[in-house]
Amino acid sequence: MDKNNSKAWLYLLPAMIFLGVFMIYPLFDVIIYSVEEGYNFASQTYFGIGDYNFAYVLRDTYFLQALKNTFILVIITVPLSTGIALLISVGINSITKLRDFYQTVFFLPYVTNTLAVGLVFMILFKKTPYSDGFVNLLITSLGGTAVDFIDGPYWAKMFVMCFYTVWVVLPFKILILTSALASVNPDYYKAARVDGTSKLRIFTRITLPMISPMIFYLVITGFIGAFKAYSDVVAIFGTNLNAAGMNTIVGYVYDMLYGDSGGYPSFAAAAALILFAIVLTITCINLLISDKNTHYA
Amino acid sequence: MKIVLQNLTKRYPNRNKKIKEDVIAVNNFSFEIPDGQLIGLLGPSGCGKSTTLNMICGLEKPTSGKIFFGDDDVTDLPPENRGVGMVFQSYALYPHLTVLQNIMFPMENLKGKDKMTKEAMRARAEEAARMVQIDQLLERKPSELSGGQQQRVAIARALVKVPRVLLLDEPLSNLDARLRLQTREEIRRIQRETGVTTVFVTHDQEEAMSISDLIVVMEAGVVQQIAKPQLVYEDPINLFVAKFLGTPPINVFEGEVKGGVVYIGEDAVMKAEPDSSWKEGAPGAAPGVALKDGRVTIGIRPEGFDPEKDGELRCGLTAVEVMGRDTSIVATNAHAANGSIRTIVSTEELSEVSGETVNFRIKPSRIYLFDHETGARVRCRFTPLR
Repeated sequence: MDKNNSKAWLYLLPAMIFLGVFMIYPLFDVIIYSVEEGYNFASQTYFGIGDYNFAYVLRDTYFLQALKNTFILVIITVPLSTGIALLISVGINSITKLRDFYQTVFFLPYVTNTLAVGLVFMILFKKTPYSDGFVNLLITSLGGTAVDFIDGPYWAKMFVMCFYTVWVVLPFKILILTSALASVNPDYYKAARVDGTSKLRIFTRITLPMISPMIFYLVITGFIGAFKAYSDVVAIFGTNLNAAGMNTIVGYVYDMLYGDSGGYPSFAAAAALILFAIVLTITCINLLISDKNTHYA
Repeated sequence: MKIVLQNLTKRYPNRNKKIKEDVIAVNNFSFEIPDGQLIGLLGPSGCGKSTTLNMICGLEKPTSGKIFFGDDDVTDLPPENRGVGMVFQSYALYPHLTVLQNIMFPMENLKGKDKMTKEAMRARAEEAARMVQIDQLLERKPSELSGGQQQRVAIARALVKVPRVLLLDEPLSNLDARLRLQTREEIRRIQRETGVTTVFVTHDQEEAMSISDLIVVMEAGVVQQIAKPQLVYEDPINLFVAKFLGTPPINVFEGEVKGGVVYIGEDAVMKAEPDSSWKEGAPGAAPGVALKDGRVTIGIRPEGFDPEKDGELRCGLTAVEVMGRDTSIVATNAHAANGSIRTIVSTEELSEVSGETVNFRIKPSRIYLFDHETGARVRCRFTPLR
């Protein structure tokens, strides 16, 4: 027994070392940073221990803006992208002709680089001295007035941001949901047909419960992913996110470390821990809800 | 409710797209299933029995032919308008619903004037559950039930709408041997109690023999024989049916008929004369061909052998196996289909058996002749040589 135990620990060791060095140690380091008040990067000194860093961050308008942006992004894109992915997956699953073709088309964004997609979005939405951007051309040709989606009003920028995020996360969700749908035993549908169940009822009473574990998986990972949004925002609005008013929490952390206002690891650590707490809370709530409503086979 | 199948045919396009010819799953199936009977569709896998069931159910449309329930033509009706209950091989119980919710599910689909109140549905579901003796398990999930219990839930769900026809697809194949015995009695009892016309599909002959009123033996989409279980065994219509039914299987020999005597190799085993009461092609006559001299395929049931010192059929002795109630002699014969034969004998007869060889007398009631080419039954009467 003892020998077996030590062997098991030996096998676990490589993974434990990596986890320790890259996950556990940084986490504790961040916690330490976040409570060291007035930490000086150059001299590696600080005045004292306390909650000043948190208080500062929570009063910082840039952080509050980032918090607001992130929450809007999460609340809009997670349900929207999951819903759209579900619709598309059901569509793909119910056709036989061209199924592989559509599956490939919907999966393409996944293998495309985020920054490249961001560039395309810029071309679609950005106003330049030479053109108003493709979307604005469309709007004006339909009789509307052009909007500057990249440097214009807040809602327009938020719209682009959400649109982009939904677009980027869709393929993975479609992939997961189509395979979940395909793995439902067709006998359930046959049995339902024999009983004269309507299409809608088959979907709500059979299909949805059967794939509910996958939906909740997507919702939870979707929440976490959206809370950590950063590279997508940079791809569209550039690196000066505070000026654009489109910063996210991760963006704020990055700026505090390396940006123009950089050199404040304590504030960055405090902001990162706040994000950590938010994500942890939301995930716990998610798990509590899903335990009650999800059927695991 | 009687079920009438009229020239039922189902073709599929071949899966291998290079082959233009369609696959014929069911070929020209005509049959009238009498009201209130339990019918077993029996055949090897791929013989079209499940396709036939699905067509009766309405899950698949026949390529041609018609299906009647009583006098109603249901060929073009969707399953829900046919009044059928179906039990799937996998049971297809909704795993996220309790037993009660599963049984109530079909009734919740009812619309318009058929719509039922929650209490009425519950009462009906409980009644159906009592019928299959699972009324103690209503609040469980299917995953918390044994295979046999799941089977009962599936039957209750199929019966709860009081269908005109009950269909069962391989109902016992997911159960272990003991449960299978018990469950097939159960299916028989439920069918008797409800009096619902029931069709079930199986590849297990024992299952079909034990509970069916009538057996339909199918092979390659074609119905071979429709008869009472014992008759299918005792009076097979052709070599396929003879080989498919019976454990151990029938022993097949290459033989010859010369001057009214049946030969296996050099051994004359039996006298055969044309059956005077039978005339080929006459109305009402059993299908088959008349006796004539020449090569034939001979089938002898395992219980058709009597070991005797001066028996006509000479074989080499391989082994004597005593398995509880049965004793079987495994012997070799150069003219048997795969070189060896297996017989079932009573223990008293064993005293005759020892040494390298064993001789058998053949019982006239357990030997069958089949056309060497087509496998059709040769109609004749047998008398022992001595």
